[in-house]
Amino acid sequence: MADEHTQPNDGTDKPQGKKPKLPPGFEPKAKKVKLPPGMEPKAKKAKLPPGMERTAKKPTLPPGARPAGKKPSLPPGMAGGDGAPTKLKRKDFASDQDVRWCPGCGDYAILAGVQRLLPDLGVPRENLVFISGIGCSSRFPYYMQTYGVHSIHGRAPTLATGLKAARPELDVWIITGDGDALSIGGNHLIHVLRRNIDVQILLFNNQIYGLTKGQYSPTSELGKITKSTPYGSIVYPFNPVTLALGATASFVARTMDRDAKHMAYVLKRAHEHNGASFVEIYQNCNIFNDGAFFDFTEKATKPHRAVFIEHDKPMIYDNGTKGIRLDGFRPVSIDLTDGHWSADDCIVYDETSMELAGIAGRMFWHDDLPRPFGVFYREERNSYEDMLHMQIKHVTDKRGKGNLEALLRSGDTWEIT
Amino acid sequence: MSLPTSDESSLGTKKAVQPLSEATILFAGDSGDGMQLTGSQFTLATAFAQNDLATLPDFPAEIRAPAGTTYGVSGYQLHFGSVNIRTPGDEVDLLVAMNPAALQVNLHRVRRGGAIMVNVNAFTPKNLKLAGYDGVNPLEDHSLKDFRVFQVELTKMTQEALKDSGLDKNLIDRSKNMFALGLALWLYSRPIEPAEEWLKGKFAKKPEIRDANIHLLKKGYHYGETTEDFIVRYEVRPAQLEPGLYRAVRGAEAIALGLVAASEQSGLPLFYGSYPITPASDLLHELSRYKNFGVMTFQAEDEIAAVGAAIGASFGGVLGICATSGPGLALKAEAIGLAVMTELPMVVINVQRGGPSTGLPTKTEQSDLLQSMYGRNGEAPLPIIAASTPGNCFFAAYEACRIAVKYMTPVILLADGYLVNGSEPWRIPSVDELTPIDVSFTDKPNRTIDGEDVLLPYVRDEQTLARPWVKPGTPGLEHRIGGLEKQHETGNVSYDPDNHQFMTKLRAEKVERVTQEIPPTDIHGDAEGDVLIVGWGSTRGAIEAAVDRLREKGLAVSSIHLHFVNPMPPDLGEIFGRFEHLLVPELNNGQLVRLLRDRFLLPFIPLNKIQGQPFKASEIEDFIFSLVEKK
Repeated sequence: MADEHTQPNDGTDKPQGKKPKLPPGFEPKAKKVKLPPGMEPKAKKAKLPPGMERTAKKPTLPPGARPAGKKPSLPPGMAGGDGAPTKLKRKDFASDQDVRWCPGCGDYAILAGVQRLLPDLGVPRENLVFISGIGCSSRFPYYMQTYGVHSIHGRAPTLATGLKAARPELDVWIITGDGDALSIGGNHLIHVLRRNIDVQILLFNNQIYGLTKGQYSPTSELGKITKSTPYGSIVYPFNPVTLALGATASFVARTMDRDAKHMAYVLKRAHEHNGASFVEIYQNCNIFNDGAFFDFTEKATKPHRAVFIEHDKPMIYDNGTKGIRLDGFRPVSIDLTDGHWSADDCIVYDETSMELAGIAGRMFWHDDLPRPFGVFYREERNSYEDMLHMQIKHVTDKRGKGNLEALLRSGDTWEIT
Repeated sequence: MSLPTSDESSLGTKKAVQPLSEATILFAGDSGDGMQLTGSQFTLATAFAQNDLATLPDFPAEIRAPAGTTYGVSGYQLHFGSVNIRTPGDEVDLLVAMNPAALQVNLHRVRRGGAIMVNVNAFTPKNLKLAGYDGVNPLEDHSLKDFRVFQVELTKMTQEALKDSGLDKNLIDRSKNMFALGLALWLYSRPIEPAEEWLKGKFAKKPEIRDANIHLLKKGYHYGETTEDFIVRYEVRPAQLEPGLYRAVRGAEAIALGLVAASEQSGLPLFYGSYPITPASDLLHELSRYKNFGVMTFQAEDEIAAVGAAIGASFGGVLGICATSGPGLALKAEAIGLAVMTELPMVVINVQRGGPSTGLPTKTEQSDLLQSMYGRNGEAPLPIIAASTPGNCFFAAYEACRIAVKYMTPVILLADGYLVNGSEPWRIPSVDELTPIDVSFTDKPNRTIDGEDVLLPYVRDEQTLARPWVKPGTPGLEHRIGGLEKQHETGNVSYDPDNHQFMTKLRAEKVERVTQEIPPTDIHGDAEGDVLIVGWGSTRGAIEAAVDRLREKGLAVSSIHLHFVNPMPPDLGEIFGRFEHLLVPELNNGQLVRLLRDRFLLPFIPLNKIQGQPFKASEIEDFIFSLVEKK
């Protein structure tokens, strides 16, 4: 994340209203960290272990592993529901429990969005599992007429990992928040992404701790005044999108609670992806952090503050009047109305490009740049559970199915009569 | 130079053979001297000689501590005999010391009149200084006059034997343990074939190393035969073990086998989550080999992820297991509480080690009993099962799985470093001997409410109080569980005060119902008497050896050993009433003794050893003598 804060200021950036303001008394001294003499960084190439010289671009799969994309075969005796063909409706996914979020909470819109989407996915209801951690958003599973676990703080990815390993055919969704996923559960988040467990991770980001009544969270902006930071937060926030990219996520997207159509699109894309799909959802907490994302979600500002990225399409926003162009490696906003620039000059977004994902992901604190929404990155690679069962099958094919009696009697034995 | 033929090696007629009923041998040297390997090969040969045996590997936490230092000494102790062997031996009959530090550290373990075999070439001024022998060579100052000392030029003879092998000096010097092994095998009339076979397999692809090692092994054996240093060799006749097929088994192997057996017998695929931690990592290594049994092993990012994944797997309808050691159990506490609340089956194995904090990672201790009982927030009771010997680890692991799925509860299985690293001859059970594990998943609604068939996830079995286990993927039974307090039967979130009290007591009652599973307590010795020793876990061997010796001396001492530590066997109170003194030896500062006092309000006497080492039988024996004398 550091590069977002240490970019040299060449004077072209306007003063940035949204750039984190330091609390009073914390004016920055040096922009660059000064290293002791002799410690200047050298560009060193990572040395691979012997035998691992870069011959293959893609990581080689263990013997017996299938290529990505195919659905895993189920372990014996593990077949799921047989998928009743009758199409379900939104209300079929609502449980009999009263929804207890605060009136006006953005969580309602996300719950409705998911319940509306599920009938279209064609997944038998009994094969759906929602797993959450702790926090306001994590009450989500109680309101879904599916299988669900409301687990403990930050640990939903761990339960989902065990469940998917054991039952790859289930359709598992992780519901988490900015505190749950990025603070107490940070380690599990990066590893569930790295392992590419085939789950959908919906991170409800409201930039605040709601359930504990209003402390600053890992995504709260610098200088944020909260109950626990009466003089302003002194901590830089995470950018969840670049964090996920850094953790080698295979699908990274951002959407918002107040755009039902876009959310439905992104969630559907996330569901289609075979592997861990990370979706950051901007969610308004009208009690403790009202309007945190209004810049991006409200009619008056949304057109020029949000850019909706789509694969193979130019990055254009503000009703077609503006676009994003690459100046070297830096994205800049261009005016498409004065005849100087046209849509052809804009970045044609490619969601399979890690490089573009990095650039779009870092369009974060620039007041002269809109915030991107949509699918930042997508990559096909095997899920952990696919490979786990491929390896088990491979070894079983090679060695034959294990026999307990023979196993107990293996090794050096002797008979006493 | 001619190799001894197998004829020659089995001769041994030139020297007097002295029969022994039992012996204890300790191999000690630098961490890099290969002492664990030497010890385990001697163990294998001893198993083949059909002796009963018990082992105690004892090594430092550092992988390769600086050579020659006392803190880098690694040891492997083996007690074997034609009689019943219950401990790794109180006193050592033969110490094989590869350097001065090994002698310095282990001399106090050797009995007066015992034998010490040293690598005299390693007794250099530098090594003597490193070992803390202040300018005096113990081989020369008569300080070892109470022992029979054999000064063997191990390094020199190894170099001599391999001078034409083409191996470099480093490799040659590292092979000297094979010479020592050969000599020790000769001394106790053990076969060399098992070690030879092992070397052939181990170095199949490096014939020059294989041949050099086998050559040395035979050289060592041959040396014993020819040198005049050794006047007698010993013979330990086969032990009278229960008839059956045997193998030597380490506790870690036995636990892994027990888990696989439970998986096979229950028809539940096994999911095993673990984060590397000493001394539990061996379980992960063992289980990761059993892929053709469908075993899923998962090396997690941390201890919490390991237990979380096991819970997730259990929710999915498979056998969720995780293992760790003390510090890891502390990290898993909250998640184990979740398993208690959601009433999902899971087995958490804790291979205890010295604590607190990082403590003594490679040393043994029984100091996590109270953590296992109480180390969770809120009131979160669960069954605790403790393994008592390396072979018993198999049955304890199997039983833990059986209880977990029958009662829908997490179970903690307590082992310790001594158990998982130690080995003993194990009579292999036939699969039919194992108690069946019946698992039935609920696939239909269990209530009718207002004419509608529904699943209530917290409706209970009358006998076990277990709630239904429902596999996700079962149509019509969609339901939610979680860490918030549950309403009785419906499982809905409930903050009702009376419900919370009711559910807290119900969860406790469910664990208490496990007493139905506990067989009548075996009493080692008479059913009544002066002293009853109450033990749990790995102290069983030392306790029963002490009881046997005391009874031979006419004392009315008996012992019982708890495999179920929570809940406790229902017949304990009645047994306690038949003895005058109740003694509780533990490798901690008094944990079971507190549970017993709390439950029975009787004056239990603690005997505590907190040195990272198992009890010697004599320590328990001596304490009981003083106890009876005081009377």
